[in-house]
Amino acid sequence: MLEIKEIFKTFNAGTVNEKQALRGVSLTLNDGDFCTVIGGNGAGKSTMLNAVAGVWTVDSGTISIGGTDVTRLPEFKRAKFIGRVFQDPMMGTAPSMQIIENLALAARRGQSRGLGWGITKAEKERYHELLCNLGLGLEDRLTSKVGLLSGGQRQALTLLMASLQKPRLLLLDEHTAALDPKTAAKVLELSDRIVEENHLTTMMVTHNMKDAIAHGNRLIMMYDGRIVIDVSGEEKKKLTVPQLLELFSKVSGSDEADDKLLLS
Amino acid sequence: MLDFITALPGAVSQGLIWGIMAIGVYITYKLLDIADLTVDGSFCTGGATFAVLFGAGVNLWLALLIALAVGMLTGFVTGLLHTFCGIPAILSGILTQLGLWSVNLAIMSMKANVSINVTNQESLDRLLVSLRFVQDVAKGERPFWQHPIFVVGLFTAAIIAILYWFFGTELGCALRATGSNANMARAQGINTDFTKVLGLMLSNGLVALSGALLAQYQSYADINMGRGAIVIGLAAVIIGEVIFSRLFHNFALKLLAVSIGAILYYIVIQAVLAMGLNSNYLKLLSACVVGLFLALPYWKGKYFRPQVKAVKAESKGGSRNA
Repeated sequence: MLEIKEIFKTFNAGTVNEKQALRGVSLTLNDGDFCTVIGGNGAGKSTMLNAVAGVWTVDSGTISIGGTDVTRLPEFKRAKFIGRVFQDPMMGTAPSMQIIENLALAARRGQSRGLGWGITKAEKERYHELLCNLGLGLEDRLTSKVGLLSGGQRQALTLLMASLQKPRLLLLDEHTAALDPKTAAKVLELSDRIVEENHLTTMMVTHNMKDAIAHGNRLIMMYDGRIVIDVSGEEKKKLTVPQLLELFSKVSGSDEADDKLLLS
Repeated sequence: MLDFITALPGAVSQGLIWGIMAIGVYITYKLLDIADLTVDGSFCTGGATFAVLFGAGVNLWLALLIALAVGMLTGFVTGLLHTFCGIPAILSGILTQLGLWSVNLAIMSMKANVSINVTNQESLDRLLVSLRFVQDVAKGERPFWQHPIFVVGLFTAAIIAILYWFFGTELGCALRATGSNANMARAQGINTDFTKVLGLMLSNGLVALSGALLAQYQSYADINMGRGAIVIGLAAVIIGEVIFSRLFHNFALKLLAVSIGAILYYIVIQAVLAMGLNSNYLKLLSACVVGLFLALPYWKGKYFRPQVKAVKAESKGGSRNA
């Protein structure tokens, strides 16, 4: 479904702030894969997701989604294939617009927008039902501004929005990092449910090793702009946090990396 | 006092005309979250285009339509400078505005003003709105529906209706999403460059139409007629918001509030003039009033914070983003 080949990205090239964020990342995800991504700060996790989403273009290498080469496509065109939830709950929704308007915008992801009504009557009923299933009480607040919602509610809404128009690829970029533990657990549970129900190919960045092990069928760890660990299937199911740490220090060749990873 | 009351219908008419410009400013400032300074130039472009075309014998409606189209073109230029050339929005507007000074003079054949012939009854009858109609209707020489308040009021109603429809469409929603959160808009597959250019075109089209109506109303276009227009537009938007934000929640009513804001602005100006203020101080007065109103929400948040807000930090952030 997703095929990343040898992508490189350097920020601020030629200046003192030069940062080689991605150094030859290659990754292939199969249809229905749920891959968790871990790594310390600056390892390139979010950078990889942004490269796939098309926030900027990569320096070299290719990215294709479902057989379509998207390497040169701008962000808004790639949106046709990709659903996204961001780390910052403010990022994924339009705060000054109503809940229902946000949903309607998301339902038209990847379609051309003309002079037809922004929300149809049939849609309203559908959204009401979907929000009922979400179980957050949002179904009674269809016309409330999204800016009035809490961080957790916004992330749940963004998740729902990402799945309205079934994406080929779902990108979750530390989408629970800004939430309190209880809310984070709820949103994670919801993510699992939505991924499963819609059979979505998913990449989830997280800082939490336990979460990374508990969710999905594949786990990759990044270090210094490269993928250094890639486990899947039975091997991943049996994985524990100490094992993962050990694996990491072996690959990165240093013990201090443990602290870096744990502290971040 | 009597002066003030007799001047009132004129002030309201003028307020209504500027209100159309203010609605244009509302689109960029409130919906797109861009402070577009093009308007200081495009307002005059609209007036000059209309005055020249109408003077040359072009049909009034066609001349208005062309003024609108030329205004949209100025917005297109600002939009390209901003999106295609990557220049900050405010600077893009300033560049276009500066360039338009020469363009506006060129439209008027390098003269500082162009007058519209209203010396005889026949040419006067060709007009849609005119300052003279205010007196004529008062004297009973013309039917009430030729009063500028009525005519421009209809214009305003039609514009509000069209905008209400447009911003409810898929494209209109995409434009609002761009102003609300451009990141989200792109993630939902919206070409934010396109929607920004479209919004700027729409806005400046209305601004130019307003300029064309004003040129017609005062029977001349002047190279300085748009100077400070952005401040008047902002004043109307802010006055409308301050007075009606608790009452009006519907989008059409919010646009109406902007128009009423412009009328109130002109009534206040008229009152101040009636009190004997030298009209050369008007621009300073406008700047002070708008500056004060822009500062008020900031001060309110900074110095008049109720104690309970500390506990409800999240809800405060939420309402600010609403």
